[in-house]
Amino acid sequence: MVAQNIAFGIVAFLMIFGAIRVVTVKNVVHAALWLVLVLSGAAAQYIILTAEFVAVTQVLVYVGAVMVLFLFGTMLTRAQLGQEKDVNNPTWYLGIPAAGLLLTVMVIALLSGFGDEELPTDAPVVSTQQVSDEIFGPYLLPFWALSFVLLVAVIGAIVLARKD
Amino acid sequence: MLINQFLLLGAVLFCIGVYGVIARRNAVMVLMSIELILNSVNINLLAFALRNGSVDGHIFALYIIAVAAAEVGVGLALVLLVYRNRRSIAVDELSEMKG
Repeated sequence: MVAQNIAFGIVAFLMIFGAIRVVTVKNVVHAALWLVLVLSGAAAQYIILTAEFVAVTQVLVYVGAVMVLFLFGTMLTRAQLGQEKDVNNPTWYLGIPAAGLLLTVMVIALLSGFGDEELPTDAPVVSTQQVSDEIFGPYLLPFWALSFVLLVAVIGAIVLARKD
Repeated sequence: MLINQFLLLGAVLFCIGVYGVIARRNAVMVLMSIELILNSVNINLLAFALRNGSVDGHIFALYIIAVAAAEVGVGLALVLLVYRNRRSIAVDELSEMKG
């Protein structure tokens, strides 16, 4: 299907551009706003992959809640607004060969492993009912564990961040 | 639609995130790079869910989103605590446990 490929190409280009900006800009707030572009692009990719419930959750949780957390964290930990001098390590250039080597290995492995295998283009959209049947059926125990993880995270964040 | 286009997008985002974790000195920016890594994993999971025609990948993606939200909450609380004690969130200055 050509339309899906065109949509994928545009969104993927925006995501990679935004991700590079996230790790290169000097301003923390600008990095957070570029991250919004990447996360929204990821939601668009999920829709192309017929996962509409995950896409909506991505927008609600990441673009909504996590982004507000990041902006609050930035606001509470910065002495002055504007450009910051030292957002990179003195040895930041070591990240380029590390990431480049990792990317080379992964690209070789993916190209030799999957070649030109096609995804089904006419698959029906996975409905929210199917997702909930899985969560509250076979995956009920991990769901309980996850609610405890969230509870502990909330309590832990309060204990860590309160002043006394 | 090739499956590799999604997997390669995930790989590129993952490597950009790894570069960010290594290169950044500001702890909040390190957390943002970790978010990039977690999102690239989610794209892979959903691509494989479509390939196998199963819903399991969606469940894993949802659980990863929830764990990532918890991780950001605790991580930013830690960053706030470090900032309150040291007036700085540079990760390379936290070297008390260096041998």
